[in-house]
Amino acid sequence: MTLRLHGIGLTYPDGERTVHALHEVSLRVEPGELLAVTGPSGSGKSSLLAVAAGLLRPTAGSVRVGETDLTGLRGAALSRLRLNRIGIVFQQHNLVASLTAAEQLQVTEHMRGRSARQARDRAVQLLATVGLSGKQHRRPNRLSGGERQRVNIARALTARPEVLLVDEPTAALDQERGARIVELLRDVTGQYGIATVLVTHDTQHLTHADRTVAIRDGKLSE
Amino acid sequence: MFVAIRDIRFARGRFALMGSVVVLITLLIVLLSGLTSGLADRSVSAVRNLPATHLVFGAVGNERPEKSFADSTVTARQRTVWENTPGVRRVTPLGITTTRVGTPAESEASATVFGLPPDAPAVPAGTSDSSVVISRSLAEDQQLATGDRLSTAAGELRVGAITSDEFYSHTPVIWTTLDTWRELRAARGAGAETPLATVLTVDAAPEARLSEADSAANTLSATRGGSLEAVGSFSSENGSLLMMQLLLYAISALVIGAFLTVWTIQRSGDVAVLKALGGSTGYLLRDALTQSLIVLLAGAGLGGAAGVAVGSAAGEVVPFELTVRTTLMPVLVMIALGMVGAALAVRRITSVEPLTALGAGR
Repeated sequence: MTLRLHGIGLTYPDGERTVHALHEVSLRVEPGELLAVTGPSGSGKSSLLAVAAGLLRPTAGSVRVGETDLTGLRGAALSRLRLNRIGIVFQQHNLVASLTAAEQLQVTEHMRGRSARQARDRAVQLLATVGLSGKQHRRPNRLSGGERQRVNIARALTARPEVLLVDEPTAALDQERGARIVELLRDVTGQYGIATVLVTHDTQHLTHADRTVAIRDGKLSE
Repeated sequence: MFVAIRDIRFARGRFALMGSVVVLITLLIVLLSGLTSGLADRSVSAVRNLPATHLVFGAVGNERPEKSFADSTVTARQRTVWENTPGVRRVTPLGITTTRVGTPAESEASATVFGLPPDAPAVPAGTSDSSVVISRSLAEDQQLATGDRLSTAAGELRVGAITSDEFYSHTPVIWTTLDTWRELRAARGAGAETPLATVLTVDAAPEARLSEADSAANTLSATRGGSLEAVGSFSSENGSLLMMQLLLYAISALVIGAFLTVWTIQRSGDVAVLKALGGSTGYLLRDALTQSLIVLLAGAGLGGAAGVAVGSAAGEVVPFELTVRTTLMPVLVMIALGMVGAALAVRRITSVEPLTALGAGR
């Protein structure tokens, strides 16, 4: 499914003044396409991602995943949409300390009401896809930074999402590991036909993107 | 409860600490509950088990009657007024005197003599003007058997029978006739004129006009349950112990609430991530409450079991009552109050913003 943002505006009060975090942002990401969004800190990259994920409600415009308008959804319906159709790869790995690598994936399947066996099998398969075979029983403290980020990606893929939103995935990784992570994202985007938005301030990995847009002061430019 | 169980396994030290607190508080509450019930039984069981709906208290002369066994006396005139009250089915005078009795082994024991007319329904078999029926604990403590003679202020009385334990103000009860009780009271010189009895026990229909009878007879009637507080020190003793129990319940709810509040704050980052991934607030609340329930069930269950074990052993030396009310009820109340504390603590899950999972700030 296509991800479409149309005329997105996002403002919020900051003391006496009003901050325009996003201004008339429109973009379209097709299935199997990896779109990179670059820009300096504070340019509105994370706000854009939060709006696309339904974590922030825009003050103007609409966000559509396929034919579903996120801006019209509230509470449980919005959670359900994120659970079943949107994958999020966090900047920090954001893994739950008490869960093993496989359980990080299983918990989302559990939230979807899938059986434990189905969830376990899918978790093991996805961990293998991201190169973590045999490491499903390790908790985050026994995984390297790169491995944690791979679990993070695998977790985002458990729902077979139509949209993958990736927030600075290489921020905590060295050059080589960062490159491997972006390659992995490129692969899964193509393999599963996902519309992927990769937010990054690191321009070194942009060669893996199908398209790159820049954002500055909340405004998008090709 | 996917995350709940794994969190407990992962942070087993913290949960063991919390569980231990629940175990200890439950143990304390069960012990206190058994002791409260046991002590109450030692204080009022003889009154509580009287076959009457009401007890009637009187006063000497024209004094205002009070709800007190120690100060109450009733006269034959008052008995007649009550017998003639519509709706009153039966009136039985009851004499109560705490005294010391001598045993054949030359020892002395405190006991409370309950004197009733020979035809009263509460009189145990074996009671006559010359013989008494004693409680089992008195017989065991003083090694008394049927046929033994007890020396009292009113002379020697034969043990006619031994019956189940009844207590009044922490002394075992000796059952005798009202005439013998009056002799005993007269011999002890308790007042210039021996009254008919200490109180009247009344079996009244619900429609009986008790207040009219009270006015006419200058008496004060109370339900059987309500008259228990007329036993000296029962109210303060029982009230103190119940207050301790209530405080322990409150402490347990607060401790559990405080622990889970800290725990919820600590894991609010995980909650934000799970919400961002699509976990509903309901799912996360259920998970957190299940976690609390597991800790409470395990802690209160263990504490309750320990309380039963300790109570069984302690029952040999202290008045301790082991019943469903003193064991299972405290455990259930503990769990219920703990869940209230937990619900208040984990409700902050509802306010965790999934947006905080994004960015580097976590």
